[in-house]
Amino acid sequence: MTETVQSKLTRKDFQSDQEVRWCPGCGDYVILAQVQKMMPELGIARENIAFVSGIGCSSRFPYYMNTYGFHTIHGRAPAIATGLKASRPDLQVWVVTGDGDALSIGGNHFIHVLRRNVDLKILLFNNRIYGLTKGQASPTSELGKKAKSTPYGTIDAPFNPMHLALGAGATFVARTSDADPVHMTEMLRRVAQHKGSAFLEILQNCVVFNDAAFESFTAKDMRASRQIYLEQGKPLVYAGGTKGLRLVDGHPEVLDLASGKAPGEPMIWNEQAEVSAAFALSTCAAPDFPEPVGVLRAVDAPVHHILQESQSDAVRKKLGAGNLAKLLTSGDTWTIS
Amino acid sequence: MESVSTQPHHPAHKSHELSAVTIRFCGDSGDGMQFTGSEFTRVSALAGNDLQTLPDYPAEIRAPVGTLAGVSGFQVQFSSAPVFTPGDAPEVLVAMNPAALKSNLADLVRSGTLILNSGAFTKQNLDKAGYTSNPMEDGSLAAYRVHAIDISKLTATALADTGLSAREIARAKNMFALGLMLWMYSRPMEATVKFLEQKFAKMPDVAAGNVKALKAGYYFGETAEIFTETFVVRAAELPKGTYRSISGNEATALGLVATSELSGLKVFLGTYPITPASDILHELSKHRNFNVNTFQAEDEIAAVCASLGASFGGSLGVTSTSGPGVALMQETISLALTVELPMLVINVQRGGPSTGLPTKTEQADLLQAIFGRNGEAPLPVLAASGPADCFDAVLEAARVAIRHMTPVILLTDGFIANGQEPWKLPEAEQLAKFAPKFRTDPKDYHVYERDPKTLARAWVRPGTPGLEHRIGGLEKHKLTGNVSYDPDNHEEMVRTRAEKVARVADDIAPLSILGPKSGDVLVLGWGSTCGAIQQAVQQLQAKGHSISAVHLRHLNPLPKDLGEILARFKKVVIPELNLGQLQMLVRARYLVDAQGIHKIKGKPFRVSELKSALEGYLS
Repeated sequence: MTETVQSKLTRKDFQSDQEVRWCPGCGDYVILAQVQKMMPELGIARENIAFVSGIGCSSRFPYYMNTYGFHTIHGRAPAIATGLKASRPDLQVWVVTGDGDALSIGGNHFIHVLRRNVDLKILLFNNRIYGLTKGQASPTSELGKKAKSTPYGTIDAPFNPMHLALGAGATFVARTSDADPVHMTEMLRRVAQHKGSAFLEILQNCVVFNDAAFESFTAKDMRASRQIYLEQGKPLVYAGGTKGLRLVDGHPEVLDLASGKAPGEPMIWNEQAEVSAAFALSTCAAPDFPEPVGVLRAVDAPVHHILQESQSDAVRKKLGAGNLAKLLTSGDTWTIS
Repeated sequence: MESVSTQPHHPAHKSHELSAVTIRFCGDSGDGMQFTGSEFTRVSALAGNDLQTLPDYPAEIRAPVGTLAGVSGFQVQFSSAPVFTPGDAPEVLVAMNPAALKSNLADLVRSGTLILNSGAFTKQNLDKAGYTSNPMEDGSLAAYRVHAIDISKLTATALADTGLSAREIARAKNMFALGLMLWMYSRPMEATVKFLEQKFAKMPDVAAGNVKALKAGYYFGETAEIFTETFVVRAAELPKGTYRSISGNEATALGLVATSELSGLKVFLGTYPITPASDILHELSKHRNFNVNTFQAEDEIAAVCASLGASFGGSLGVTSTSGPGVALMQETISLALTVELPMLVINVQRGGPSTGLPTKTEQADLLQAIFGRNGEAPLPVLAASGPADCFDAVLEAARVAIRHMTPVILLTDGFIANGQEPWKLPEAEQLAKFAPKFRTDPKDYHVYERDPKTLARAWVRPGTPGLEHRIGGLEKHKLTGNVSYDPDNHEEMVRTRAEKVARVADDIAPLSILGPKSGDVLVLGWGSTCGAIQQAVQQLQAKGHSISAVHLRHLNPLPKDLGEILARFKKVVIPELNLGQLQMLVRARYLVDAQGIHKIKGKPFRVSELKSALEGYLS
């Protein structure tokens, strides 16, 4: 179990001595600030926290956190973090990754960590572009995206990270954006509290290679009308209560609540409901639908390291504590005297 | 002989004493030849023989019945004298069908004993094996002592009233063959009866049927008048102690358990199934009552990554794989060596390149282990020399990894991984401990500050207050570990990492030389060729030749005294199951005109072929 700290930590305690080197105006600064601000709330000692990352702009994150940190190789952070958590369940382990890192080169590890429900806090900075390699299409770039690697437009359909995570059996899936730090902090708290794999997609602006990718719905003056905030136990309404969402045969449908002639009631959001509702919401996208932010799914399920520990305990109970001398001489032996 | 009385009587069989015998059991891959061979081996081991085995099976689990592709074999040499190899050529070949005969006959010694399951020599099976006439009838086996026995029918007759299905009865014929061989070599049946009863405890009918087939085979030998003699191979005069029969993969897994006990660390095996390494996972995963954890990852990359993550957490991360798996792991191994964390990578080599020969042995991953990463990326490489030696090799590799804060590659291969031999059990209390000292003092901590002697950096467990730090794959400052692109710092770090690995040689014990310390020919070997080289060299020494042998455990860095030893011999010959990889290293490193003996057939060296190749270098 993670120990709580007696003396109160502050945001500053989580800042390392390294100069932050992202491009000026990068959305990553906002994320770093919110994480550093939120961490003291958890009451976990710095030494019991580890940040693991892969490769990409987002993956420089651990260098800036004054905790234990491991900047690893492209796509492999979930696998390395799995080994870390499996051998050290007492640590709180965060994975910081990007759309290329998690969904392209690391796609296999991403889905397997979710299916195993390894107790990792996974932050995916999605800017829909490769930044560190200077502007190639990513697995979340929209179809037709013109980038350095695709001057005539990409012909590969994008992944929907929420959809993919749900499909892999994630027990916690949420979404937020770098344009809304207050909401992001709330989501980070939820991520920290979840037991099992917690996946947070953070829509993050790359000022250099894909500027304003999400502006049409994350900008302050657009949020109310183009985003829908998923809140537990509350109706799915947006645009100041003038619009709502319901599911018809599993498909989302926009309700015009202002007209008074809506054919039904907005859905009451339940993050523990059947996964099909979360799937349906994850497919909502501008311009026909509001973009979902908030917690799509949060359910309890057996956690990898707890299963593993109880299995080891059961084996110990059955076989007794390991005894090397006994093990070596087990089976058929013979003695020459 | 088509029917026999089940009542044993006592014909006067002459019993001959032999010092060593090599038997090969072969049949379809569904005939249970591995099981039969293993059980014969186990009984021989319990009888006190020294022995070595060579299982040889196809990669296909069940190739089409009766075809050459589906032939599975198991060879064992057992002896009253020390045994170094599974035997060059079998003196006895048990062939359960025509395909098995066809693909194995060439190995049988002239005038060797052939035991054929005549019931399987049908027109259809002969056609499948490509025989145009029946070898049992056309005189082509005249050079051998042939015993054609309808094992299929005799087993069926013996089990007729057991209520077992035709399929179950057919599957019991290997026990008839085993019973016959136990009789022929004067072995008791009790251990096997007990084993069968345990193995089929949940299917008592099947257990009883197999026991009945075993006894039918045994009594057939005793009763039928086609065998005029039995043989006795007495217990070997091995050093005093308690022994068990062990395969290399089992010894490797037990070595990992011992590593956790001796280092005080949790051993975390992250791995992905691959032939011929999977048995390490199978064995280790049974021992979760020790401080070991096993994790079957989604691929080899995740396997080695999880291991490295465990090492970052203060456990000893281990991964077990074969050459293709290592190819996938190299990027992570490279990361491990630049962040300077201990990790153990076990490569059970098989025939390559690519998928190659999954079930066959080879030594062609040496250069991959030493050089197969980007950049200047040195790490220690060790090799095990035999099945039981895998235990000691694991302990040594783990010790090096922890003491020098580096990933280590340990090479074994399919031959010793699956082959068995008697293992003189070590006294658990007498095994040397090698617990690491984790740093806990935050005062003046620098992530890449080094031990002046070994150049290893300190190992810090996350969770230690005041020592929070970040590591990564980018080049780092030589002291603080912060990211550094400084050219001079990079060169210094590259040189320091190389020097750190070179200093592993400071702890390597002086090499032992088999034979005189100088002379005409030095045979230099590594890995699983140890037994064959040793025996070939001793036979040549007995003939008065000036020849010695040195066998390497450490391939990188090489032992410090190797250079001067090489210089004391007129010729250096390096036998390898590759095209000359150690040979290339030795020539480059020592400017010695080392010669090579190469075999790339998926099979170990035979003593006879090594001997005759070496004779070419002796005047």
